[in-house]
Amino acid sequence: MAYGPSDTTGEETLPVALKILIAGGFGVGKTTLVGAVSEIQPLLTEEYLTDESIGIDDTSQVQSKHTTTVAMDFGRITLSHDLVLYLFGTPGQDRFWFVWDELSAGAIGAIVLADTRRLADCFPSVDYFEQRGLPFIVAVNQFEGTRQYDIAEVQMALNLDPGVPVIMCDARKRESARDALICLVEHAMRTAWGKPTPAPVG
Amino acid sequence: MTASERPPSPGAFPRREPRQPVAGPDSEPEWYDEEAGPVVRHYARTYGRTKPRRGEFDLITLILATKTPNEIDPTLQPELATIIRLCQTPVSVAELATRLDLPTGIVRVLLGDLLDRGYIRTRSPAPAAQLPTERVFKAVLDGLRSL
Repeated sequence: MAYGPSDTTGEETLPVALKILIAGGFGVGKTTLVGAVSEIQPLLTEEYLTDESIGIDDTSQVQSKHTTTVAMDFGRITLSHDLVLYLFGTPGQDRFWFVWDELSAGAIGAIVLADTRRLADCFPSVDYFEQRGLPFIVAVNQFEGTRQYDIAEVQMALNLDPGVPVIMCDARKRESARDALICLVEHAMRTAWGKPTPAPVG
Repeated sequence: MTASERPPSPGAFPRREPRQPVAGPDSEPEWYDEEAGPVVRHYARTYGRTKPRRGEFDLITLILATKTPNEIDPTLQPELATIIRLCQTPVSVAELATRLDLPTGIVRVLLGDLLDRGYIRTRSPAPAAQLPTERVFKAVLDGLRSL
């Protein structure tokens, strides 16, 4: 196996890991949603070199290199003995697109959390996943004291493809966060396998 | 909110115009945190190396130690010994990074050394281009529904 894949073989099989992204504007409830369903609640802090020689094994100019630190929430859900799901709350929308690219690679899809008081905050996330072709749903996080909006209004304002589900959710509630994840996985499945099931509304 | 409140007109929200140009993989990232300083401190742990000598480690690649803490060579670098202790059950690269309080770039190099020396086994996620099978999708849904 010297030239085989990086995965080593052995007597005991390691579980399969999958990931889902939780995106949306600052303060929309990404951390809350991850925490509502996760078994763990760590914060991943990442350091990146901030000049173009990133990835090159040359430390001679290290004095001129600077780092930027990115923090993102992540959570884990053990789905079965051989299946683990990781949730990653995406870092700030305007700065860290290169982190999003890494997170998106191989992801099942994304939940874009929206706050109707600041709906435009989720536009960059919607744009990103649309352009990237990653399946996503929009979950309208219901904050206390905010007026209930019609799903269709949000769908229209976001200018979404008709197949993209828009749901209401309460990111604080485990069942609600779980239902949003189920909605996304069903949507990703329809996208992947072309099932002509209409997207749920409501 | 009251029942008499009128539903808003369609113009109640700012409307998104799709497919605006956004920063993507090809665009130049904007850098802040100029004051963050050089990265010598962390990379000293890897003797200046920024890439693992073996293996590819995604954030969700799972790591399992092949040796118990008692079997660790006492001369092993302390960070490597710590990783072996943390990986007695499968742990992802992202979790290791948070538990070690190290950037994943550093953790990847350390894991490469451990893989090279046969201290760990790994399982990487499916390649990005490969969609999960219907069986995997169904297993995910079953797992989520039973939460």
